[in-house]
Amino acid sequence: MTRHVLMGNEAIGRGIVECGCSVAASYPGTPASEILEAVVAFSRETGHKIYTEWSVNEKVAYEVALAASYTGKRAAVAMKQVGLNVASDPFMRSAYLGVKGGLLLVSADDPGPHSSQTEQDSRFFAMFAKIPVLDPSSPREAKEMVGLAFELSEAYEIPVMLRPTTRVCHARQAVPLLAPAQEKRTAHFEKNPKRWCATPGFVLGLHRDLTAKIERLAADPRLAPAFFPGDGTRPRTCIVASGVAFAHTWDVLDDLGLAGTVDRFQVRAPYPLPKEFIERIHASYELILVVEETYPVIEMQLADRRIAGRVSKFVPNEGELTPEVLRAVVGKFLGLSASAAIAGARPVGTRPTLCAGCGHRAAYYAISQTFPRGIFPGDIGCYTLGMNLGAVDTVHCMGAGISQAAGFYHAYAQDGAEFPTIVATIGDSTFFHSGIPALVNAAFQKARIIVVILDNSTTAMTGHQPTPQLGVTASGEPGRSVSIRDLALASGIAFVKEADAYDVEKFTALLKDADRHCRSADGGVAVIIASSPCVLAETGPARAPQAVRITEECTGCRECLDMFECPALVWDDDTGKVGIRQAACSRCDVCVSVCPTLAIVVDEGAPA
Amino acid sequence: MKQRIVISGRGGQGVLTLTQLVAEAAVAAGHEVITTETHGMAQRGGAVLSTVKVGSFHGPLVGPGDAEIGLFLHADNLPVHGHYLRPGGAAVVNGSGPLKVDSVDADRLAAGVGQPRAANLALLGYAAGKGVLFAGPDLFEETIRKTAPAKYRDQNIAAFRAGVEASR
Repeated sequence: MTRHVLMGNEAIGRGIVECGCSVAASYPGTPASEILEAVVAFSRETGHKIYTEWSVNEKVAYEVALAASYTGKRAAVAMKQVGLNVASDPFMRSAYLGVKGGLLLVSADDPGPHSSQTEQDSRFFAMFAKIPVLDPSSPREAKEMVGLAFELSEAYEIPVMLRPTTRVCHARQAVPLLAPAQEKRTAHFEKNPKRWCATPGFVLGLHRDLTAKIERLAADPRLAPAFFPGDGTRPRTCIVASGVAFAHTWDVLDDLGLAGTVDRFQVRAPYPLPKEFIERIHASYELILVVEETYPVIEMQLADRRIAGRVSKFVPNEGELTPEVLRAVVGKFLGLSASAAIAGARPVGTRPTLCAGCGHRAAYYAISQTFPRGIFPGDIGCYTLGMNLGAVDTVHCMGAGISQAAGFYHAYAQDGAEFPTIVATIGDSTFFHSGIPALVNAAFQKARIIVVILDNSTTAMTGHQPTPQLGVTASGEPGRSVSIRDLALASGIAFVKEADAYDVEKFTALLKDADRHCRSADGGVAVIIASSPCVLAETGPARAPQAVRITEECTGCRECLDMFECPALVWDDDTGKVGIRQAACSRCDVCVSVCPTLAIVVDEGAPA
Repeated sequence: MKQRIVISGRGGQGVLTLTQLVAEAAVAAGHEVITTETHGMAQRGGAVLSTVKVGSFHGPLVGPGDAEIGLFLHADNLPVHGHYLRPGGAAVVNGSGPLKVDSVDADRLAAGVGQPRAANLALLGYAAGKGVLFAGPDLFEETIRKTAPAKYRDQNIAAFRAGVEASR
C-alpha cells in the first residue's frame, strides 16, 4: 500500500475507482469539478475500466448513473450543491424506488460561500429525501466513506450521499491507495414495473419501505458517531461536531491546550442520527455544543433546548466555521475569557476579473456601449464577471438569464410603451446545461430579446471540461459534436448569426441589426453566437506578433480602466497615465477601440 | 514539529503548484500534512490564499495570527493576507521595493534562469535558504526533481537554486 498526497476530490475519485464502480457521471461546478477528472485519471492509471461522462447537466448525470445502478452495477454521480437542486427531481424519487448496484451521490457544499449562489446544506436534502448522508472531515476520510457509501447503498438498496465541503474537496493530504476491486459485474436489468414505473398506487408502499430502511439504517453501527472521551475535568459537557468543522474544532482545542478535557463526538452520518445516540446526549450531558456546516441538521434531530448551536444562535447561522469563528464559539462554550481579536482591518483583495484578452470582455464592452439603457440578464460562469463592465444586471442560477430576459420583455411590453433592449448573455456550457429549454420557450412565446451565446468552446471557470459542441468526451475520446447554431435554428429563430467579438465595429453593427430584428413586425428572439476560444485553454488563440502601446495622447481619463477593466492596463501613479503590462497582454487589440483619445495603438514595428 | 504556512499570491502566479510542492516535501520528510487552496471564481485575477499545516493537525485552515510562515508571491498581498501571521512570524515576500519584511525579487531571479513563470520556486528557494521552513533546501530541491514535468525540471531547479543563492 502506498500513500499519495491527494486533493479531497482526487481522493473521492480514487475511492470510486477502487470500489469497482462501473459508471460515473458529473457536471462540473466548484468545489466538485475535480472528482470526475480524478475518476478518469485513476481509471486510466489502474486499468480499471469505467464509463465516464460530463453530462450536460446534473439531472441528466443523476439519471444516467441511476439507470446504471438498475443493472446491478455500481454507479457514482458528482456535483456541487446547487447542482443537486437541478437533479432534485430524479433524486427525490430515487429514494422511494431505491437502487440495485450501489449508487453514490457526491454533493459538494460550499460554506462561505466561495464560488456558489448559496451556502445551502445538502445534508438537509438527504434528510428531505430520506437517504443517509456521510460527512467527511478530511480527504482521507472522504475516500474511506466512498467505500462505506457503496456498501450501505447495496445493503439497503438506497442511494447514499457523500457530502464533502470546499475545505475537504480542496484540501490535500497523504491518502493510502489500494488496488481497484476485481469484481466483474455484467449489466442485468430485471424488469419490475411496480417498482421502476411506480404509479401513485405503488408509491405509498414504497414510502413505507423507505421509512423502514431509514429506521434500520439509524441503528446500523457503521453510522454511529465516533466518541473521543475527555479526562473528566469537564463533567456532563460535550462537543458534537461533523465534517471539517470537527477537524477545526479539534485544532482549536489543541491550541487552547484543552483537547483531552472534554467529551467529543464526531458525527460521521448526520442523517439518520441513531436513536441511541440522541438518547445518550439527552441523558448524559447538560452542556452541549453542536458544531456543523452549514445548517442545523444534527442539532434539529437532537431536538434539545439546552444545545448551544445554530438554532439557539450560539453558533453563527451563516458563513463558514473557520478556526477564527470556532475559537470564539469554543472559548465562549468552555467559559474562557475572550482572547483579543487579531488587530488590523482586512482590506479586500483585488476583485476577480475576466482575463486579459478574454473574448467575453470584448463582447460585454460592445453590448454596454451599444445599449446604454439596455437590461442585461446574465448567467453562471466566468462571464458573470461582466457585471464589473456594466453588462450583466442579473445573475440567478444556471440558464436563468434567457428566461429572465423573456420575463423582463413580457413585463415591459404589456405596458404598451417602447420596451428596452434586453440582452441575455450565456456561456456555451451553461447554454447546453439549461439554456436550451429557456431559448425554446422564449422563441415560442415571441419574446423580443437578444441572446448572446458566449462560446469559448469549454467550461472555463471550472477547469476546462469539454462541452458538447466540441465533441470530446470526459475520457478524451471523440464524441459526436452538437451545434449551437443548429439548436437555435431548430427552435424556429429567424435571426441566428455567428460573430467575432474581437472585431468591435462589426460586432456592434450586428448587435444593432439584432435589435432591429427584435423590434420588426414579425421579430422575436435574435441569437448571436460570439465565438472566441478561452485564452487559458491549450487551444486558446495565439498571441499576435505585434504589441499594443500607449502614446503621449493618453490624458489619464481612466475610461479604459473603468469601462474595459483589462488586467493588462494599469494606472501609473508617477505619470498619471495608463500603462500596459506587456507580460499580461494577450494582444487582442480590443482596447485600441476603447480609448476615447485614440492613445492606445498597435505598435506595428515593435518586436513581440 | 508543527508549522503553519500561508501562501498568498494572484491567480496564475503558481500558488497551487507551490502548495502541492510544499505538501509533497512535508510527506517526504515523514510529516503529516494538510493543505487547502482557492479554486473557481476567486482564481480569476483575484488574491488567492493557500495554507499548509505540517505536523499533527486535523483541519486545513489557518486562523488569523496563527501562521509561523507566510510566502507572499505578490507584495500587494501582504496587506491582504499578512494578518494570518503570528507575532514574530516570518514573512518572505516577492518584491523589489523598500519593504519592511524579508523580500527578494523572485521575478527577476526566475527570469534570470529563463523561466519567468518559476518565480514561485525562486521564492521557495529563498525561504528554504533562510532556514525558516520545516526543512532545508535539499529536501525541496529533491521534491522539485521528482514532481516537475520533465521539460521544465532543469529550469525549475535553476530558479529554486537562484533563490537559495540569494538567501546567502
